[in-house]
This record gives sequence, structure tokens and C-alpha cells, in this order.
Amino acid sequence: MKLFEQTIHQLRDLLDNRDISSVELTNDILKRIDAVEDKVGAYITQNRQQALEQAAAADKMLAAGEGRPLCGIPLAIKDVMCTKGVRTTCGSRILETFVPPYDATVVRKLKEQGTPLLGKASMDEFAMGSSNENCAYGVPKNPWNTAYICGGSSGGSAAAVAAGECVASLGSDTGGSVRQPASHCGVVGLKPTYGRVSRFGLLAFASSLDQIGPLTRDVRDSALMLNAIAGYDPRDSTSVQADVPDYTKSLTEGMAGLKIGIPAEYFAAGLAPEVKAAVDKGIAALLAAGAEAVEVSLPHTEYGVAAYYIIAPAEASSNLARYDGVKYGYRNLEADNLADMYKTSRSRGFGPEVKRRILIGTYALSSGYYDAYYKKASQVRTLIMEDYKTAFAACDLLVSPVTPNPAWQLGSKLSDPLSMYLSDALTICNNLAGLPGISVPCGFSPDGLPIGLQIQAPHFREETMFQAAYNLELGLGISNKRPDLG
Amino acid sequence: MVQITGNEIKKAANLASLEMNEDEAADMAGQLDKILAYIAKLDELDTTGVEPATHVIALQNVLRDDIVLESLPRNEALSNGPRQNGEAFVVPKIVG
Repeated sequence: MKLFEQTIHQLRDLLDNRDISSVELTNDILKRIDAVEDKVGAYITQNRQQALEQAAAADKMLAAGEGRPLCGIPLAIKDVMCTKGVRTTCGSRILETFVPPYDATVVRKLKEQGTPLLGKASMDEFAMGSSNENCAYGVPKNPWNTAYICGGSSGGSAAAVAAGECVASLGSDTGGSVRQPASHCGVVGLKPTYGRVSRFGLLAFASSLDQIGPLTRDVRDSALMLNAIAGYDPRDSTSVQADVPDYTKSLTEGMAGLKIGIPAEYFAAGLAPEVKAAVDKGIAALLAAGAEAVEVSLPHTEYGVAAYYIIAPAEASSNLARYDGVKYGYRNLEADNLADMYKTSRSRGFGPEVKRRILIGTYALSSGYYDAYYKKASQVRTLIMEDYKTAFAACDLLVSPVTPNPAWQLGSKLSDPLSMYLSDALTICNNLAGLPGISVPCGFSPDGLPIGLQIQAPHFREETMFQAAYNLELGLGISNKRPDLG
Repeated sequence: MVQITGNEIKKAANLASLEMNEDEAADMAGQLDKILAYIAKLDELDTTGVEPATHVIALQNVLRDDIVLESLPRNEALSNGPRQNGEAFVVPKIVG
């Protein structure tokens, strides 16, 4: 296997034994970027010079015997997280020139470990989208077939890992935005429990739903990444003061004594047969590893998308009010009064999907509609949370598809926002309940497009989730497959 | 069935400080109609007496000591301002 195709833990050994240096590894990946980035388009901004400097610094740490688990491993960061001195656009024209004066907490933590940061990965504008086609800086393609979407909104983060353009990456997940592109690109995508990872320095979309998570080549890498970024942060008062275990510890424990719940609603009409076949194989692998399967019901699953498309746009309409052309971002310098300046700057800076969601949110929160929309959606959110509570009384984990279909062809859903929204039907309830979830590759469609299996766990039970994910990966034996990009 | 008019869209756009001409408003009204018609699915559920969710993790009031920490130097805090004078962000005149 080529250097740029290896996992964090494989590269860890090579780096620790001084078989390779971080500078050599970083150069190898930069060469890979040069070879395939034209086809894939995973990055909005590359950070080549600084990445090489960070790699040289990592090599010094390693030589001094001070290398931590991610030391010297080149990563990509979704362009929604602030990186000091490196442009952060959020996929939007309105932040085309924004250079953050500080690092997001997750970025600071990675830098402290000595990770070269290769660049800022492509994303749907303000993380609003399921195909990464709503990006002001070009559309990344699926490395398994470049006529297809790579998923969204963390599409660039998923495509970069799949294409060998970084070893691992960070994304953010508000309604499935890590798990869905991970599923479409054949990589592992983790959405931790709400509050497990600090959101400080993450440009806010929907604050009660957003959570940062890693995209990696295998489950062990995912655990290593969570080890590095998890934990309480005084700068994010929603981050939780709970101990961070070593998430690699539970991986090899087998499945004996664990009950996996199969929620009927996730296998309802509309599920593509090739997805069902691949997920069934995954479930069989978990059973072969010693798990017991039980049928469970999450009866309000079908209301998830409707509740989400009130709650998320409502929060977004408030969060995105800060983009007014005053303190950062695009300003219409011709406007001669303040109100016009706000209006014209926002109208020119935001793309159509962002405007659509701001309008849905503003409408739903406007006088006279609050009870009918926001309150109603928040009540349904309670019902969805109660569904999970009932289900988890009967099982340890929930196993299901991530998406109803494999990746679709570029452009095919662009004219119909609702059908795009509905593609997130199986990932959205997880965010509404703040639970951890992970997408693990479980097979391929007859056309060769990857399919993922989703595991969900109760709050802060990532260890059990990783344990099952690792057993699944071991049982299926497909985690060494890489796309052929020539 | 919801029926949003172009005028309602323009009102919401105004509240959100977005410009919208007649054509855009009509277009957006059509899209929002479809989306809100789907969202009306929530009305199938009787939610009488159901407490609206406010937070997914049971956090109590999160307090911390009021300690002065280092903050961004002014020039860095101003560095992204489209117009600034070294002391403050500059905007068009608000009051005459």
C-alpha cells in the first residue's frame, strides 16, 4: 500500500521507528494532491508551506522522543473551523477574505500534538447541504466515481481522506454532515455525543445540533482522533465536564453480551435494495462476532426531517445575523446607509441555499408563527428523544443504514431542495437527540459506490460504539479498499 | 396547505436583512410552500402536554469564576474589518 493510502496507526509505527519523517510523509501527500486534486477538488485553501513547517517541527518532537499519538500525521480541516492565519471561508463568498486571528479549540489541540495541517476542506456553504454542491469555490467529486456527489456538508473532508489527499480530517455534523459523506466516500465518519467535543471556533450553523467529528480510513484512526479532540473546554459552556477515556481500549473486546437494536423504521420503504443488502451483511458480521440482535421501534423517525427543518433554520437565521459586513467578511462599500449596507452585503455574500434557510427560519420564528412551527418542532424533538430512551432500554446500540441510497449523480437533485433534505432522513434524529453516531463502510453498490452502516449509541457511550464498529470492520475485511484515481 | 405569498417572503426577507426582488420572492414562495407543506406533517402528531426540548444533555446553569484572561490585541480583533481606523470598525453614518 502506498504511503498516502495508509492509516494513522500504520504511519505512527513508520514515524516512530524513523522509517519515514513527517516531512517525507507530508511531501508524499502534497504530491498526491498535485496528482488528483484537479479531479477531486477536496480543498478550498491549501496550506502547503505551513504544513511543511509543521512537519519539520513534528520531526523535531519525534527525534526528542516527545511525539504524541498524532504527531507528524498530516490532516485536513473542514473550512468551517477557525485556523489562525489561514483563510476560513465556510464555503461562502461572504467570508472570502476572512483570516481568523485565533484557532478553534480542536485545531489548537491537533497543533499541540504536532499535526501538519494541509489545508481547508471543501463544504456546502455554512454546512447547509447534503451533496457539497452548494459551495462558492467549486464542487468536490466522489473519488470512487467523479460523476457522483461526495456527499455533504463535509464533502471535501470525506473526499480528501478517500482520495489520499490527507491521512484523516475533521468535519462537522448538524444533521448527518460527517456520517453521510463518509458513507458515500467509503470512509469512517464519527459524530460524537453533543458536548463531547468543544465547538469553540466552529462557525455556528445550528448551535443545539452542531458537533465536530473526524473522518478516517478505519475505526482505530477514528478513536485516535477522538482521543485528541474530546474534552471539556471552558470556552464552550455546552461542552461537558466528563472524563475522556482512551477510546482505543474497547476496540478489541468482541461483541459477546452486547445487544444490537434493529429499528424497523430505518428499513422502511424507499431504502435501496443494494443498501439493505450491504447493511444486512454488516449485521450478520456483528452477530458472527457474538452480538445479539433485537427488533426495536423508533416510531417518530419519520418526523425527524420536518422537525429539523424548523429547528436548524431557526437557529441558523439567528446565528447568521452576525454576517452584516461590519466586523469581518464581505461589505458592499458603496452602500451609503447602514440598513442598505447590511442588506446588500448579505444578499451578495450569501448563496441561494443559505438565503432559503435563513428565510425558513425567520418565517418560522416571526410573530404569529412561533407556536405552530418552532414550539411544535421542539415538542416533536422531545418525542424523538423519548423514542431513543425506550429503544436503549432494550439494546446497547442501534444499527441501521446511514443513507437510503448510495451517492447520486452530480446535479440530479439540485432543482428540488426538498428531495435533497429527505436524503438525510436516517441521520437527522441522531442530532436532534444529541447522540453519538458513526458511519462505517459495509459494502459497495453494483456500480462500485461505497455504502455505510450507521451505529448509534446512548449519550457518551462512544466506547461501546467503537467496539461494535471495530468488530464490524474486522468481520467485513474491506477497510483496505481504496478508489482508483489513476 | 400553506400558501405563502410573495409579500410574506418579502416581509421575512426584510426581517432577515436580505434583498429580494419580485421574481426572487415569487420563486422562493413556491419553494417554501413545498417545504412547509412537508413540515405540516408535524400536525399529524398530538403534542398536547409534551414539553418542548430545550437541550439534549441535562446541563444545569454553567457558571465559572469571573477571571480576567488575555484577550485578542485590538489590531488583531480589527484585522478583518472591511473598514476600520485602527481604533474601531467604521460604518456609514447612522444618525444625522
